[in-house]
Amino acid sequence: MRLPLFLTTIHDWLYSMMPEIWAKIVEMVLIAVGYLAFFAVAGLFLVLLERWIAAWIQLRRGPNRVGPGGVFQTIADALKLVSKELTGTIKADMFLYNLAPYFPIVSALIVLSVLAFSSTIQAYDVNIGIFFIISVSSIGVIGILLGGWASNNKYSLIGAMRSGVQVVSYELSVGLSLLTMVLLTGSLQLSQIIEVQRTGGWLILQGHIPAIIAFMIYMIAGTAETNRTPFDLVEAESELGAGYHTEYSGMKFAYYFLAEFINMFLVAAIAVTIFFGGWLSPFGITDHIIWLQPVWFLAKVGGIILLMMWFRWTFPRLRIDQILTLEWKYLLPINLVNIVIMAIIILLGWTL
Amino acid sequence: MQQEYLVQDPFKTEEYMINMGPQHPATHGVLRLLLTIDGEIIKKVEPDLGYIHRSIEKMCEYDTYQQIVHLTDRMDYLSSHINNEAVCLTVEKALELEVPDRVKVIRTIVGELTRLASHQLWWGVFGMDIGALTTYFYAFRDREMINDIFEETCGARLTMNYNVPGGLMFDIHPNFVNRVKAFVKHFKTKLPEYDSLLTGNIIFQKRTKGIGLMTAADAINFGVTGPGLRGSGVAIDTRKTHPYSAYDKVNFNIPTFTDGDVYSRYKVRIAEMWESLSIIEQLIDNIPDGDFKVPTKAVIKLPKGEFYQRVETARGELGVYINSDGNKNPYRVKFRSPGFSNLSILDHLSRGYKIGDLVAIMASFDYVIPDIDR
Amino acid sequence: MSYFSNIYYGIKSLLTGMSVTGKYFVKAPWGTITQYYPDNRDTLKMFDRFRGEVVMPHDENNLHRCTGCQSCEIACPNGSIEIIWDRVVDETTGKKVKVIDKHIYHLSMCTLCNLCVQACPTNAIVMAQNFENSVYDRTQLTKVLNKPGSKVHPDVKE
Repeated sequence: MRLPLFLTTIHDWLYSMMPEIWAKIVEMVLIAVGYLAFFAVAGLFLVLLERWIAAWIQLRRGPNRVGPGGVFQTIADALKLVSKELTGTIKADMFLYNLAPYFPIVSALIVLSVLAFSSTIQAYDVNIGIFFIISVSSIGVIGILLGGWASNNKYSLIGAMRSGVQVVSYELSVGLSLLTMVLLTGSLQLSQIIEVQRTGGWLILQGHIPAIIAFMIYMIAGTAETNRTPFDLVEAESELGAGYHTEYSGMKFAYYFLAEFINMFLVAAIAVTIFFGGWLSPFGITDHIIWLQPVWFLAKVGGIILLMMWFRWTFPRLRIDQILTLEWKYLLPINLVNIVIMAIIILLGWTL
Repeated sequence: MQQEYLVQDPFKTEEYMINMGPQHPATHGVLRLLLTIDGEIIKKVEPDLGYIHRSIEKMCEYDTYQQIVHLTDRMDYLSSHINNEAVCLTVEKALELEVPDRVKVIRTIVGELTRLASHQLWWGVFGMDIGALTTYFYAFRDREMINDIFEETCGARLTMNYNVPGGLMFDIHPNFVNRVKAFVKHFKTKLPEYDSLLTGNIIFQKRTKGIGLMTAADAINFGVTGPGLRGSGVAIDTRKTHPYSAYDKVNFNIPTFTDGDVYSRYKVRIAEMWESLSIIEQLIDNIPDGDFKVPTKAVIKLPKGEFYQRVETARGELGVYINSDGNKNPYRVKFRSPGFSNLSILDHLSRGYKIGDLVAIMASFDYVIPDIDR
Repeated sequence: MSYFSNIYYGIKSLLTGMSVTGKYFVKAPWGTITQYYPDNRDTLKMFDRFRGEVVMPHDENNLHRCTGCQSCEIACPNGSIEIIWDRVVDETTGKKVKVIDKHIYHLSMCTLCNLCVQACPTNAIVMAQNFENSVYDRTQLTKVLNKPGSKVHPDVKE
């Protein structure tokens, strides 16, 4: 585990205070609390950002009442949701119904732990990084499926089934487009991937045409993974009311809601790590300043998130069969061909 | 027991029913649709009406002819001026009252503005129904200008009640002409934007082309009128076939598209917006001088008999039938509302399509539920 | 080949749509169309013809123009106007004349159709531009339009 300076002092202090095993446990708990705090703050901020961006695109003003310029709006909303009654349907499968909201939020938290925010801030630099992220993030869909199933509501059920079909299909594209880039790096470990980009330039430049195609496919599939417009069939409000979380209220609804936004953050963060050099600055202008690394990372993530929000507020929604057509007839074949092209390019040494 | 059943036929599916409405975002009101679905595929649609029935036709029997007019505001609230005009035209027809040209022209201009406002709202809601939420706000930005014109001249934004039997309630406001001209100029720059935002969008085209196919024969058999009928290639428009007000003095086309799908109904409405703009442009500089009202008696009594007048609202043909027994109240009033006939074909059109398509088909007919229930 | 041209035109159409929303996003600080309603209460002025509620104007001597002829009551389609009137002896002429006791107006039933204002022969009632009509109790929507102690204007003849 690598830590920035001020954390290293805490680390040393903890180890000097108590036996090694206890120090380790306390340290883990502290890190977990730190990540949870980041999780909540990032989720609430993204909800606020979404509302502002929606408002600006739609010629509105957006939240501007709670706090200066409306910055505390989502905190007020969260407090309201905490205080609300948890309703449910009579014949719901109560155990699964209560369990389901934790799946998306837990899987999102686990993925958050392997992200590299800077060269030093990374909770666990697992050597199968990308693979770990893809596999863990697919647990989230179980929460949606269970939630829709256990609610005992037909609208929820349709939403959940749609989600199952959609996420299972698009995980292929996410995996394959990331695989295209892994060909270039030769490693699944996130720190290694960023190290490759430090010397050879960002991967989207290194891999030029196939990398750009892979990025486009990743963005489409990533948007679909997070169930956002144009792929928000799961909660298509004009068709299904609210989709899988129709019967959820209060904090259980908030879990789903927060998890959706954190998933968006994760998709953007992975895109930044793989395609845009993670915490590296453009052309290495500020690489020697360590504290700027997370700033660069978050700025790039913000850019990708902005793009996804822009999609959401522009495009109509696809139909369920069109979503599958897009995946199986367009994205998947193109992706497979793209991998072959990438392999040939690497073989011939045509990378930039 | 259950497992045995699964082993016997593991892929057996069952149809199930869901209630779409009365409270549902896509029904735009309190329409209840009983859907029989197999998975996502619609087997049957049963509209269940009556949630917003206010017995307007019965209420008309107890009202004087001046009072009937304001009730029709509440039927198809998006074409309220045209509804009012229909009643007034019927009463004027019965009284054999010739209204001045000024009234005719102003009625036509305001009617076309109403049609534009209605189509703008439809465009915004269409986008919203198929998932593009931003269209709603762009449409309302432009609709706001029309509403301001109405508010200044007619006194209200939605239920204007601007017509009275024999003319208009007020003369036009001095700012009316300038405001309408400014709106026409503004909207001509914004309509192409509607196209680039939604019409050309590949997702939109995939969602609408080839969906809800309606042949011309079907449309006529089910009594579909308005943009729905013209989207199936039948060029029938009451403004052309039975001109009223000043429609016989202006040049306009009846836009028709022959595909009969959601997309062609969409295109008809977009083309109608251009036509409305052209009608307004032709008339706005040539409003004749004269009175805005023919004096009528305080208590209008229609001669004994039956009177019928048809007009073209934003949704199709509205017919007003008044059966008078010579009293100050009508004996019977019947409104042939376009929404009701257009709804009757919904089941026929949406069988075999998916839930998402049903929403698009409903949006393409632009149902206004108070118009269906009355 | 149409497979690839489909992709090309599809992406192009998506980018066209994004350029429209993107343009408004960039221009957002100057382009909001929202009315800042509770903040602009002082400057917000409704149009003169806007129909908010029926009022009966009184002049400085607490005189109104209503003769109690009940034309508005008859013209009203939904019975939102009730006039309670009486006959009193006029001091100057000695004749019995009709005067209103209370001109009761039910805003909760009113559809703001303007027929009563049109029907009034003496222009005693007009439409006001007030639109903030929400109250906590429904009984507050039943209003007496003539002020207490008010009299009919001497110019107004029945």
